[in-house]
Amino acid sequence: MAVAPERPRIYEGTRIPSPTPSVLEVREDLRNSEDVLTVNFGPNHPSTHGVLRLVVDLHGEEVVGLAAVVGYLHTGFEKNMEQKSWWKAITYAPRIDYLSYQNNELVFVLAVEKLLAIEVPSRATWMRMLLAELNRIHSHLVWLGTAALELGAISMFWYCFRERDRILDLFELVAGFRMHTRYFQVGGLAEDVPPGFWDECAKFVEVMPKAIDDYEALVDRSEIWLERTQGIGLLSADDAIALGQSGPVLRGSGVDWDLRRAQPYLAYDQVDFRVPVYDEGDVYARYRVRMEEMRESVKIVDQAMRRMPGGPWIADDRKVVLPPREELHTSMESLIHHFKIVTEGFRVPEGEVYVTVESPRGELGCYVVSDGGPKPWRVKFRAPSFVALEATATCMSNALIADMIAIVGSLDTVMGEVDR
Amino acid sequence: MQVEEGHGETTVVVDTPRLVDAALHLRDELGFNFLSDVAATDYLGWGAKGVSGYIGTRGGRDLNEPATQGHQRLPQQKPSRFSVCYHLLGMKAGAPRVRLQAWIDDGEHVPSLVGVWPTADWHEREAFDLMGIRFDGHPNQRRILMDDDWEGHPLRKDYPIGGEPVRFSGEE
Repeated sequence: MAVAPERPRIYEGTRIPSPTPSVLEVREDLRNSEDVLTVNFGPNHPSTHGVLRLVVDLHGEEVVGLAAVVGYLHTGFEKNMEQKSWWKAITYAPRIDYLSYQNNELVFVLAVEKLLAIEVPSRATWMRMLLAELNRIHSHLVWLGTAALELGAISMFWYCFRERDRILDLFELVAGFRMHTRYFQVGGLAEDVPPGFWDECAKFVEVMPKAIDDYEALVDRSEIWLERTQGIGLLSADDAIALGQSGPVLRGSGVDWDLRRAQPYLAYDQVDFRVPVYDEGDVYARYRVRMEEMRESVKIVDQAMRRMPGGPWIADDRKVVLPPREELHTSMESLIHHFKIVTEGFRVPEGEVYVTVESPRGELGCYVVSDGGPKPWRVKFRAPSFVALEATATCMSNALIADMIAIVGSLDTVMGEVDR
Repeated sequence: MQVEEGHGETTVVVDTPRLVDAALHLRDELGFNFLSDVAATDYLGWGAKGVSGYIGTRGGRDLNEPATQGHQRLPQQKPSRFSVCYHLLGMKAGAPRVRLQAWIDDGEHVPSLVGVWPTADWHEREAFDLMGIRFDGHPNQRRILMDDDWEGHPLRKDYPIGGEPVRFSGEE
């Protein structure tokens, strides 16, 4: 193996373009030059992870100007959720980010529970954590497969989707759906975990670390991969914080920050895991962070599986939670509760809350306003992908057109979440 | 300036002219170095919806309203039509969070915080696009999610739901 060239050190000062932080403007001396070619990259391009449009000014191979244009996938989730009862609005949340659906579902349900001040049984809390971590692995696998595919490592895609399918099988076992599970209810889980799940989950925990070894063997010593990722798309720690970056992008820039540890929710303070941090701030660092996060997530799944508490899986609050199915045949009161919750929905006390979780893409926030009625007054998601795209202009200084693919890929954006 | 506590969260309400000063103070003196989100809310018709429940609302009783539940009590009145919330996070032990809130009426402007946190760029564009709130001093105040020539601001409460003509590319 040839000796890799030394990776460029992270820059001093700031590289955020001024005055508009998200637009890289063409330099003065090139502004009216005939050599500068403006190219529309997207909205339909195989490497834009959906429908991202980049307006790129090219000077030869060099990217001298860039502006990201989003909104092609705007479907009005937030407006739609205002028209539905709290109970029905949960269905919308997972569809916002179609790769980390359970985290989106979780953050909305946690926000509603915070307004209701309802206590969630520990079995539900641990199961939510287990599924959220499986979902993190799932999301990183799709990222790794597609990001490597864009840089020419085609076989990686098939390997990653092999394990991804195992995770989808697990979700299907639990919730009956492979994607957009809507398994989290306000107060707990929709159903208890089926007994067959634990054996399958144990098999997965055994297989996954070896699979990650496989992925690393595929690309970690590939000179093409190293050449195309190391020293590309630099983002310093200060710039990353100023640009609101979170998740693997932030940790790849040397900021040791993870909400699972800094602001523990669910049962993250009771499990043992490490937060990987890399200082280089390049595409390769973000890749390394995600690879190690997958290993840590497997550990959390393993611990959650072994220490899963028994008992009820949903809170016993008849004003919010649907009564057990069998009671509907014998109890008039249960039937009334069931009817009221399904037709009108439950009421949530007046107030506003902002709840955050660490999704695979970073800080996922949900701001919810209730007027005390059966529908949300306002739901606003803080989408980490949306914020990640703001950093494209900063990462792209001195980049070539081929690097752009690697950089946009490394930010791991899901356009459904960007446009909501 | 006014500090409110609710549901375990702290809200700092400031007058719009002092928003930038408050933001700089929170960032530099109190260590809230990370702007997490900018969320605008329209409170038009807050607590006034006509419902047919047994508990009264400002809108009175309407048996034809499909959602039949009224409010147990009327929600607290809001000072203006729109609120703009800046959710801040301090990246230090304990992960403190605070909500910086400004209240404005339709047509009033808010100073832009792009100079304080560059990440506010797209968040403020989104608030303008979907809620119609203008940010003074924003370097690139354009629509972000809707088309450039879109009329209206869809997340406002008086924006009609449904019945919008859909434009097809082949249509003249």
